[in-house]
Amino acid sequence: MSDNRFKDHLGRPIIAVTGMGVITSLGQGLQDNWAALTSGTSGIHKISRFPTEGLSTRISGTVDFIDVPADNAVERSYAFARETTAEALAQAGVSGDFAGPLFLAAPPVEPEWSARFALADRAPPSQVEGDAYDRFLAAMRDRPDPAFLEAVQFGSISERLSDKFGTRGLPVTLSTACASGATAIQLGVEAIRQGRTDRSLVVATDGSVSAEALIRFSLLSALSTQNDPPEKASKPFSKDRDGFVIAEGAATLVLESLEAAIARGAKVLGIVKGCGEKADHFHRTRSSPDGGPAIATIRAALEDAGMAETGIGYINAHGTSTPENDKMEYGAMLAVFGDRLKDIPVSSNKSMIGHTLTAAGAVEAVFSIQTMLTGTVPPTINYVNPDPTIVLDVVPNEKRDQQVQAVLSNSFGFGGQNASLVMALEPA
Amino acid sequence: MSKSDNDVVITGVGIVTCYGVGKEPHVALLSSAEVEPPRVETERFKPYPVHPMPEIDWSQQIPKRGDQRQMENWQRLGVFAAGLALDDAGLKTDAEACASMDMIVAAGGGERDIKVDSLIVDEALKRNDRETLLNEKLTTELRPTLFLAQLSNLLAGNISIVHKVTGSSRTFMGEEAAGISAVETAFHRIKSGQSSHSLVGGAFVAERADILLLVEGIGAHATGDWHPLWQRSSDNGGGMIMGSVGAFLVLESRAHAVERGAHIYATIDAVEGDRGNRDDNRLEQRLSRLSGLAMDADPSETLLFSGASGMVETSLRERQLLAERFAGATLRGYGGMTGHGMEAQFPLGLALAALALDGNLRVPSFDSSMEQPMPAPARQAVVTTVGYTRGEGLAVLSAGA
Repeated sequence: MSDNRFKDHLGRPIIAVTGMGVITSLGQGLQDNWAALTSGTSGIHKISRFPTEGLSTRISGTVDFIDVPADNAVERSYAFARETTAEALAQAGVSGDFAGPLFLAAPPVEPEWSARFALADRAPPSQVEGDAYDRFLAAMRDRPDPAFLEAVQFGSISERLSDKFGTRGLPVTLSTACASGATAIQLGVEAIRQGRTDRSLVVATDGSVSAEALIRFSLLSALSTQNDPPEKASKPFSKDRDGFVIAEGAATLVLESLEAAIARGAKVLGIVKGCGEKADHFHRTRSSPDGGPAIATIRAALEDAGMAETGIGYINAHGTSTPENDKMEYGAMLAVFGDRLKDIPVSSNKSMIGHTLTAAGAVEAVFSIQTMLTGTVPPTINYVNPDPTIVLDVVPNEKRDQQVQAVLSNSFGFGGQNASLVMALEPA
Repeated sequence: MSKSDNDVVITGVGIVTCYGVGKEPHVALLSSAEVEPPRVETERFKPYPVHPMPEIDWSQQIPKRGDQRQMENWQRLGVFAAGLALDDAGLKTDAEACASMDMIVAAGGGERDIKVDSLIVDEALKRNDRETLLNEKLTTELRPTLFLAQLSNLLAGNISIVHKVTGSSRTFMGEEAAGISAVETAFHRIKSGQSSHSLVGGAFVAERADILLLVEGIGAHATGDWHPLWQRSSDNGGGMIMGSVGAFLVLESRAHAVERGAHIYATIDAVEGDRGNRDDNRLEQRLSRLSGLAMDADPSETLLFSGASGMVETSLRERQLLAERFAGATLRGYGGMTGHGMEAQFPLGLALAALALDGNLRVPSFDSSMEQPMPAPARQAVVTTVGYTRGEGLAVLSAGA
């Protein structure tokens, strides 16, 4: 019976987090990020990566302080992921080959416009209208460009992470849009529960902000246009919220079976108790108005965790600051938590770091665990004009000292993607 | 192998290739006495041959025109093939089963509006302020819906919308490896009881210059006329001929399948993926290790369905390794007939293998100079996919319900 302390309510291995690393527009490393996050600092700034003249949104939470050998989404995403993974492994005390599977949430990539322009410059002249890609192909036949290929392959980032950190087997690169980071954690948890491994390396990264990425979200009316001042634009649960702020970042979590973590004397930072998901078939970008799938997702995470809703002491909201998400998310939380919801602190990290898209679920999981470890709940900043229809304790504008034993973290995304995580400080 | 409730069985097959839509044309291919050269389009993307999509009546699986319009062909093909698999498994109209069904889609994406891109680069050739031009043109010319119509996770999103599959929705990326990981992940989830029924697969559309451009970064395409898979040569490009492919499978636990009286095509005994440096025989070492998954198979009753991409050197190395490890087994390189389906390549191999095993088919040689006649129907199938640049996977299937 000595093993029981390592098993959860369903007899599955308990999953411990033993290492964490994070990068956001607030800085590199958990320490700097946490200091900024708990002091209510925003990382949102005017975009300098590309000209924004004529664009309705000219702000973002890009990460511009990590050196990259070439200016493209693969290089940036890899560099962020490499840094957060090195940080997490150091904290976990894992050196040498990781020797477990890698689950990577990474953005879909395409050729950069600079690459298209470069191809056009060396391609034969146009013969008929609309023949750019025929000409690009001719240029490529004439002089192949392996660097171009690497920058457009979805498998490029995981390939390099696998080599650098010595992960085992075929890495999974995944995208569930804005829920990707949470899905990566879920896959890491499942692999350990299946008994296939004692440890999983979970990485989520997004360095994909470009003019076209920004314009695409703009055309869907998803982004805030409150450009001035940039740090005030992201205002989840406020009445005058008008969209999310696109951002970059990365996070890594080292997951281990509690048994393996204890056996090697690792420090346990937190427990991933449960994961829930439910897809939505309502619309490509909009959630079911009744919040049904989001409600089912939160309930599934609680059920997987073997926890009643009364066990949750803090909610790290998806809280994008779009009119629709915040309303829908509030409705879903209200359906699950009922009257007690107004007494649960619910904050959105996105008020400060913006929406790190593919990375968000993992970045916010790291901050959720840090919330429990430090007994400090980060605030929702820019909360000066509350939405009267959303009655929440959003931990307005200033951090709060409050011990939390279990956290719910939500991620909802385009394509009907919903994932929620329940994390706790202690196994029991 | 003894049967177990949590065996992973294939109960639905949805295939679209240049041979046609659904099982019938593919069973016909796999059971014909001799094969003709496959359909290949050699003019539209000259000098690159590609295997085109067959004629498809989209409305058979995507009834609403509005839904069809929200997708590029790649998403349409995937949603269509997923619908075929659900139909075939008898689950298409089972709302409860679809609402609790897990889904893993192996996706690419990234289709462009070629007209808009052409307009921008042509204009840019005349201007120095290219980034400003880009902002102007993208803001005014880009269709808002194109973003979603080509976005990787929106193939799964559209399957949820059109077919109401909503138990879970996960999209894997990373070229061929995405398809391998999708099957591998679904397999382990079912095996361990985390899932009872899953929809797994992918799609790829070859007939697009913007997509063809990507792999030409290393000169991967074969050029000129079609040649059988094992006869591709570096005299004619890199050896790979892309194919438009949609391939989805319904996987279930045996208990789940038996309880609802589903037809079982085959059992997946094992599946695994790997990756790494391919220099110095290391590709062979990994493939050899993966081949160990089929160590119990009797070669004389084993069908080797190789998903070799056609890349000249890599395909040769795979063929030699398989010949060595499975001496006496019947080798068929299916990608030579369908074209290389990238993310869909591995699911396609499993789908074809399931049909061959289920129908007790004697699969004709696809390249008579290299592939021997099949003496008798197979009891087991080994499906491989070696990624054109990286990633390898192998699955072992057994016949018999």
